[in-house]
Amino acid sequence: MTATDTTSQVPQAAGDDVLKSGGARGRFPRIPDRIRRGGLPYLLLLPALVLELLIHILPMIIGMVMSFRGLTQFFIRNWSNAPWTGLHNYRVAVDFDAPIGKALLHSFYVTLGFTLLAVGLSWLVGTGTAVLMQENFRGRGLLRTIFLVPYALPAYAAIITWAFMFQRDNGLVNHVLHDQLHITDKPSFWLIGDNSFYALVIVAIWKSWPFAFLMVMAALQNIPRELYEAASIDGAGLWQQIRKITMPSLRPVNQVLVLVLFLWTFNDFNTPYVLFGKSAPESADLISIHIYQSSFDTWNFGSGSAMSVLLLLFLLVVTTVYLIFTSRGRKTSDG
Amino acid sequence: MASSTHAPRSPGATVHRSPTAPPQSFVWTRRVVLTLITVFTLVPVYVMLSSSLKPLSDVSGKFSWIPNGFSIRPYVDIWSTIPLARYFVNSLIVAGTASICSVVVAIFAAYSVSRYRFRGKRVFTVTVLSTQMFPGILFLLPLFLIFVNIGNSTGIDLYGSRGGLILTYLTFSLPFSIWMLIGYFDSIPKDLDEAAMVDGCGPLGALFRVVVPAAIPGIVAVTLYAFMTAWGEVLFASVMTNDNTRTLAVGLQGYSTQNDVYWNQIMAASLVVSIPVVAGFLLLQRYLVAGLTAGAVK
Repeated sequence: MTATDTTSQVPQAAGDDVLKSGGARGRFPRIPDRIRRGGLPYLLLLPALVLELLIHILPMIIGMVMSFRGLTQFFIRNWSNAPWTGLHNYRVAVDFDAPIGKALLHSFYVTLGFTLLAVGLSWLVGTGTAVLMQENFRGRGLLRTIFLVPYALPAYAAIITWAFMFQRDNGLVNHVLHDQLHITDKPSFWLIGDNSFYALVIVAIWKSWPFAFLMVMAALQNIPRELYEAASIDGAGLWQQIRKITMPSLRPVNQVLVLVLFLWTFNDFNTPYVLFGKSAPESADLISIHIYQSSFDTWNFGSGSAMSVLLLLFLLVVTTVYLIFTSRGRKTSDG
Repeated sequence: MASSTHAPRSPGATVHRSPTAPPQSFVWTRRVVLTLITVFTLVPVYVMLSSSLKPLSDVSGKFSWIPNGFSIRPYVDIWSTIPLARYFVNSLIVAGTASICSVVVAIFAAYSVSRYRFRGKRVFTVTVLSTQMFPGILFLLPLFLIFVNIGNSTGIDLYGSRGGLILTYLTFSLPFSIWMLIGYFDSIPKDLDEAAMVDGCGPLGALFRVVVPAAIPGIVAVTLYAFMTAWGEVLFASVMTNDNTRTLAVGLQGYSTQNDVYWNQIMAASLVVSIPVVAGFLLLQRYLVAGLTAGAVK
């Protein structure tokens, strides 16, 4: 039962809430009853509720309705006139033998591979760096500030710079790989063809590892020093301490971190759009660009909406399964 | 380093992990890895800076680590090659309004969630949290249609207007403003505002006299974070703007023409548009990082 609690959207009984959040909420009875029972909490929420309704709920409903309609360029100006086509858009999207479905499936695989690679490596670099910087040493503060740079720079400014570095004739990457290290025979294309997948992964890692670093760094500060002291008295070496104390302590933060990184990377639009423009090379055709392009190039919004809904369903399923899985694992390992 | 942002420690407690000095192998691993990571992190910044000071002939030829020529012309030319100032103002208005709006609305919502227990609270927080994971493209298509249709039937042009773009930016800035502010408000002892209410403050009095002042650093950090995200946004900006309302994110593409790509100007402009947010970030990193990590670490 506890495992499903994390994902349950049903309002909890009052008693449940107190149990969940520990003692902190126990103080509530001090607030006068007339206020607690009155409409004030809802009144405070009202602006947010109205906006949420306008910018999230309503568009989502319209998006779902759109996905059941043959919403082509003729109906953009008056979408309610678009003919109802039922599941047609969905059938086309998942007909993997026909061009549209085939392209969508390909884009899905590319996105999945890109996400797994980028998230895995970002996590690895971020965690490794945070662990190496757990102890104080000269220049630690400066390095920490430097590592925040990818986070602070506006996404497109940083990605444009990467696009420049990946230029075939005047870019840094080919200069280093070909002219200086002589690793490649001739200057390669990085923003078209198969290599663009790797260009995309590198930029994505550059952008997201600092977030992993920050999260892990914060979590490391919560590990009690005594644990390490006790371990070293028992004769555990540094590497052993990292394996036996540091890594297990990171479990809760990793659970959130990996999910957030996954969702961000999977939905990433900025990186491919700024690197490649409206139409990405086939090897780097991420799903958000794919939907964008197939909607705005052909103005087939019905089909684009159906793809968006499928994407959302996929993310919901993955997130739910992930949350159930990780909270179960946590339950058994923590006793 | 003056900018260290960690919880104060006793001066002697420099070694966090173990009371003994780390082994030499660890120190060397650390040096090598951190050097590589630093290079990886800073290379784009170096390229941005050095290329922005090169003449066009230099930046169009083979890449060189040390500039062959030096020129501040790119920094002068960026303003006339494209209407950069106009894009700058557009970005400023859109990102500024969106972040301030979402934080103001979020202050009330977060206070309600942090201080009261009410039916539907969990539904609300879960909804807010989950909208953050939805891809922007999901909202882009319907919002585009809604805007076009509103323009058609009422003559109010949301599509292509700054107001419309601001509205679309709320789709991402409002949820995380609410989410981060709940975290900040939770960290302020409830006794404080309860005491204020006992002393005769109404709930709103308690919010504005106690909770908001105590959370000012957090509120400023959330506003800045919302601003930064909006400043770097590409997806909505690429669809929902026209020549007059174009933001920097889309406008910078103007430096690539049919004949030439003015890489030196692109780099100069990238640097110029980065300065406001990087400065703000460095100034407020302590609070920003606290807010970003608070939820996950608990």
